[in-house]
Amino acid sequence: MLGFLKRPVVVTADINLNVVVLTAVGLLSRLWQLAYPRAVVFDEVYYGQYISFYMKRIFFLDGSGPPFGHMLLALGGYLGGFDGNFLWNRIGAEYSSNVPVWSLRLLPALTGALLVPMAYQILLELGFSHCTATGAALLMLIENALITQSRLMLLESVLIFFNLLAVLSYLKFSNSQKQRPFSLSWWFWLTLTGVACSCAVGVKYVGVCTYLLVLAVAGVHAWHLIGDRTLSHVRVLCHLLARAAALLVVPALMYLLFFYVHLILVYRSGPHDQIMSSAFQASLEGGLARITQGQPLEVAYGSQVTLKNVFGKPVPCWLHSHQSTYPMIYENGRGSSHQQQVTCYPFKDVNNWWIVKDPGRHQLVVSNPPRPVRHGDVVQLVHGMTTRFLNTHDVAAPLSPHSQEVSCYVDYNISMPSQNLWRLDIVNRESDTEVWKTILSEVRLVHVNTSAVLKLSGAHLPDWGFRQLEVVGEKLSRGYHESMVWNVEEHRYGKSQEQKERELELHSPAQMDVSRNLSFMARFLELQWRMLTVRSDDSEHKYSSSPLDWITLDTSIAYWLHPRTSAQIHLLGNVVIWASASLATLVYALLFLWYLLRRRRSIHDLPEDSWLRWVLAGALCAGGWAVNYLPFFLMEKTLFLYHYLPALTFQILLLPVVLQHISDHLCRPPLLRSLFSGLVVAWYSCACHVFNTLRPLTYGDRSLSPSELKALRWKDSWDILIRKS
Amino acid sequence: MPPAVGRGPAGSELRPRRGRCGPQLTRAVGPDVAAELTARSPKRPARGSRRFEAAGRWALLALVTLLSFATRFHRLDEPPHICWDETHFGKMGSYYINRTFFFDVHPPLGKMLIGLAGYLSGYDGTFLFQKPGDKYEHHNYMGMRGFCAFLGSLLVPFAYLTVLELSKSLPAALLTAALLTFDTGCLTLSQYILLDPILMFFIMAAMLSMVKYNSCADRPFSAPWWFWLSLTGINLAGALGVKFVGLFIILQVGWNTISDLWHLFGDLSLSVVTVGKHLTARILCLIVLPLTLYTATYAVHFMVLNKSGPGDGFFSSAFQARLSGNNLHNASIPEHLAYGSVITVKNLRMAIGYLHSHRHLYPEGVGARQQQVTTYLHKDYNNLWIIKKHNTNADPLDPSFPVEFVRHGDIIRLEHKETSRNLHSHYHEAPLTRKHYQVTGYGINGTGDSNDFWRIEVVNRKFGNRIKVLRSRIRLIHLVTGCVLGSSGKVLPKWGWEQLEVTCTPYLKETLNSIWNVEDHINPKLPNISLDVLQPTFPEILLESHMVMIRGNNGLKPKDNEFTSKPWHWPINYQGLRFSGINDTDFRVYLLGNPVVWWLNLLSIALYLLLGSIMAVAVQRGARLPAEVEGLSQVLLQGGGQLLLGWMLHYFPFFLMGRILYFHHYFPAMLFSSMLTGILWDTLLQLCAWSLASSSLARGIYAVGLLSLLLGTAYSFYLFHPLAYGMVGPLAQDPRSPMAGLRWLESWDF
Repeated sequence: MLGFLKRPVVVTADINLNVVVLTAVGLLSRLWQLAYPRAVVFDEVYYGQYISFYMKRIFFLDGSGPPFGHMLLALGGYLGGFDGNFLWNRIGAEYSSNVPVWSLRLLPALTGALLVPMAYQILLELGFSHCTATGAALLMLIENALITQSRLMLLESVLIFFNLLAVLSYLKFSNSQKQRPFSLSWWFWLTLTGVACSCAVGVKYVGVCTYLLVLAVAGVHAWHLIGDRTLSHVRVLCHLLARAAALLVVPALMYLLFFYVHLILVYRSGPHDQIMSSAFQASLEGGLARITQGQPLEVAYGSQVTLKNVFGKPVPCWLHSHQSTYPMIYENGRGSSHQQQVTCYPFKDVNNWWIVKDPGRHQLVVSNPPRPVRHGDVVQLVHGMTTRFLNTHDVAAPLSPHSQEVSCYVDYNISMPSQNLWRLDIVNRESDTEVWKTILSEVRLVHVNTSAVLKLSGAHLPDWGFRQLEVVGEKLSRGYHESMVWNVEEHRYGKSQEQKERELELHSPAQMDVSRNLSFMARFLELQWRMLTVRSDDSEHKYSSSPLDWITLDTSIAYWLHPRTSAQIHLLGNVVIWASASLATLVYALLFLWYLLRRRRSIHDLPEDSWLRWVLAGALCAGGWAVNYLPFFLMEKTLFLYHYLPALTFQILLLPVVLQHISDHLCRPPLLRSLFSGLVVAWYSCACHVFNTLRPLTYGDRSLSPSELKALRWKDSWDILIRKS
Repeated sequence: MPPAVGRGPAGSELRPRRGRCGPQLTRAVGPDVAAELTARSPKRPARGSRRFEAAGRWALLALVTLLSFATRFHRLDEPPHICWDETHFGKMGSYYINRTFFFDVHPPLGKMLIGLAGYLSGYDGTFLFQKPGDKYEHHNYMGMRGFCAFLGSLLVPFAYLTVLELSKSLPAALLTAALLTFDTGCLTLSQYILLDPILMFFIMAAMLSMVKYNSCADRPFSAPWWFWLSLTGINLAGALGVKFVGLFIILQVGWNTISDLWHLFGDLSLSVVTVGKHLTARILCLIVLPLTLYTATYAVHFMVLNKSGPGDGFFSSAFQARLSGNNLHNASIPEHLAYGSVITVKNLRMAIGYLHSHRHLYPEGVGARQQQVTTYLHKDYNNLWIIKKHNTNADPLDPSFPVEFVRHGDIIRLEHKETSRNLHSHYHEAPLTRKHYQVTGYGINGTGDSNDFWRIEVVNRKFGNRIKVLRSRIRLIHLVTGCVLGSSGKVLPKWGWEQLEVTCTPYLKETLNSIWNVEDHINPKLPNISLDVLQPTFPEILLESHMVMIRGNNGLKPKDNEFTSKPWHWPINYQGLRFSGINDTDFRVYLLGNPVVWWLNLLSIALYLLLGSIMAVAVQRGARLPAEVEGLSQVLLQGGGQLLLGWMLHYFPFFLMGRILYFHHYFPAMLFSSMLTGILWDTLLQLCAWSLASSSLARGIYAVGLLSLLLGTAYSFYLFHPLAYGMVGPLAQDPRSPMAGLRWLESWDF
């Protein structure tokens, strides 16, 4: 029973000092003077505002990426006790004392530091020697661009970390596949692959590229597994199911989880509400929800409503009218009906109120009990403040001459009759007798006489229309488009018979009871859709660049300049590493093609196992570079040098692989081999020298004289800032 | 792997099948060929049956072709007015007949063929083709429509032969032919003066000749081998010469060729020299030959179009001098620039255009709120500028002053003639290229400030030289900031009328973007001298026209707040295109696929993927398939795989395209998908029949299945044929309309 006492208790610790040392120097290089500069550096101004939103629990919408990355940054702020009170408006602005700079920058710096030991681990798992693996880690260590990017409150280093983690854990998994499938560590690494992939996607959408790469490699391995006839059918099925669960289901669930947490965290209404649908806005605390509470659900004859356009582009707006009429003759000589303007107005206003009227009756109040309006009913819309009827007729619209003008009818006693009957078409109805519901129903208003549809054309009217948005009747409805769909936002039952009373009623704040229970999936889908479609202006930034500039490092980004001295931080790569990494990729591609063609003719230059290793290393490293780089050529958004960093890390991993291959297989004579080793050492010292020279621009810790700065401007296109004294 | 490899065993397995399914065909085909087919029986002596088989096969092909021609040419003359894009392509055909130069975003071959067809059929090019709905009246338009319908009709026999070659199964080919013949969409698209029938003709012809050539793989370098290989190349040139989407079929043929070569390369019984010969043959026939032909179409294009027309301004000054009627042709203009000259300034980079300004200001938030300066490709009064001295405002055209020439290194002002504002730059960010400075029009009636001063320099010249019109390559350097006037080539947003951005770049790198030449030159005080402009070489013209086309294609952007057709709409036949007519009194033609055919195609792709992966996994697991199934799976994986690749190549790239898209872009992909459907259902029915061992029942199932598919498509064509042949009367929303019951999707508005 006490058998264990018979033997001594032994703890064998297997510590790879390489890893420990690499981690230590990695941490040192990334964490050194982390809180300096105590000022907003470049894109911190952008991420910072979202951190503040998280701290204040205010809803926001950012089209640049899923919320996981922002949440990680916000975690740093939470741990550092940040209250969110900082105005993120200017690069270079000094942080106030309540901003915990160190803890905000800690997480990116940690992930950036861990890249160093991870590069080592990946090359080991790929089957290369310790020397090669150490080389890869040392290259990662002295890459200036990676250091700069990790030391600030930015997301690239986090993304790269998860990319490499996904690759590393997949390699660990596939190596344990050979020995002990379905063991605990097998499951652990498999699941970690999926989790890391979803985290990468959750930080930035480009993480998808690495995810797809890992999926492709896993797919090829699985296909070999299917072909393995020593395994039983059931066992193969188990293998496939395990992979599908870990690499497809887990990432999908994780991704949903990010949004779930995000929506729990940011529950208050804020400045970005307007982009979302009324139903979404009503689910946030404060904002529209405060107004819409207590308002009747079903729109009835006599209801007073505001109508919001569902598409809401270029800006969200409400159907609006005012006293002014269309000008008799437009600038281009065309004529108008000279009736009262109908526009779409992006601000809340008393002129946005419309009354739903039954064409058969005269009264503008809700009867008791209220008679709800249903799909297919014909209604008139009366403008609350002017009591004119929404009308459209065969007159060309001011800016979209192919569509009909929409006006509020003024009877000039010329043979132009009013045409003010509209049929209600509820787009998202469940049955054909559905009632028109506040916020929830999306409706089209189809003109009875001409079957034109009320539509927001998106054009801004000139000065006579107060730069409001044009509303037209679309004659040829060429299909469903959200710009033709409207929903009721504010709503109340009208009670006042007299116009004067009604005006007073319209001016008084509305009492509004819509359920706030929008399901999580509905909110997720809407948020995700808006994030993907929200368009940032694609104008060029001062420091933007094109993907072709990246390979040759023809561009730099000035991140920060000291307010008084000429100390400055630049995103600049280690030129030697960039050049040799690109060269290595080229050499790899050529050698690979050469071996492939020779193997096809049954000439085996490499032994089988080293060929397989060579192929796998290429698939992951060269492939990783390609999938993280080439898609940028198809993107139309503004691109910056830092978008290249994920691709660069993969290239850096490939570099020692190629070097070792050349030394092992192409330098047969020992003399040549030692000569080659010598060259590699010389080359590495050269890279170290470049790192050291550029270090002041990486850390920004030292003020340089103008002549020193000029000496550092190795390329004309590098925007190094020189103060004119 | 090329299908040629697997063909050996597959073909031999399939041969007996054909005899078995022969009798069923008779019912599907109809009485007229029944006689020949029933005569085919396995018991007959081999030679006789083979002859009958061949005769039957020819008869079937003739029947398919006949039916296709009959449907395409039926009521071809209706409606006798311009439908949809006929307004463009008919017009361009007329341009060829009239030999006036024009510009279009597509390569010239298709329009050239239309023009040729019109010319041969006696159309004189006088009809204006102004807008859809215009009546043709006495003009002869049937030649052009007939030509397009002829090519459109050939699609069906081509598809038939391709499927026959891939599957060696007559029923599969017949099903494909029926699907395409009875598809209202293909029918409609073939009946008008459009590029699509021509494009699809070349695509299908390339596919057919590629497949034919693959089956000659066992006899390399034989006459048919060379014939089909070079025919493939010719058709590729044709496809690319009609529209740039012809690139997709080139990719398909390229992929086929690479895998073919890879296979040959791995065959150790072939020497490297033989493989080299194979490679050379393919380079010759599939790269050199098509490129030559493609270039030749451009040579013809530029030779035929030698008169000035609406497309001049898109091209460089040197190019325009080729066109008779253009003011640069045999130009007679003052040779040297002098103060007071009215000039147009053209950027030397291709497809940038003239320096331009107009009475619109930069919007708020975009630099200073001053008048816009852009570049513009069309000739326009707003392209005119006056050269003035920087320090005097006196009118240099005053006869009392002597003529003073502008010299290299002079400080000048450029005044915009229409608005009298000076070309101006200052330290504000340019609207799009933020690293450059903004260029504006500034000042009132020519009075501005020192930011209006520019130094004019001729590239590679010494100071003091005069400046020559057209010949001199000049740069304008802003005096105050030292930046160089250039165009970034980026398209301004709506506020800038989608013209191109002009900036002043502080980087002095010499690029074509910042070099200009003077094109038009008016100065009454100087004598006009006849100048022969440096003629551009043909490669330069070719390159230039491609640059212009690419720019034109990129310019076709969809607008916000407009309904646009999305690629995912297409395979589900979500919405059609109105070819003609809107109201219930009009003669309406509506381009919409036959929903039965299209939805069957969609279902077939899903089934194919399922069946294909089951078979592939079975093979990978080393399952032993019966010989019968083995042959079927070969056809399905290899023949079907090629067609699936074709469908994907002709469909998926559209998801990446930023330009505006239309429903008819899907039709090439639809051809491939129909062929896949043919092969899939034939295989599927044979598999079903095979799994039921009893031969009579099996035969019955196979026959009934095939027959119901054929009859189903034919009946659906009967239902939907008014879409293609035209309909008058109430719209389909109206319950009184005969089409009312056929509006299966609400988005169909016929």
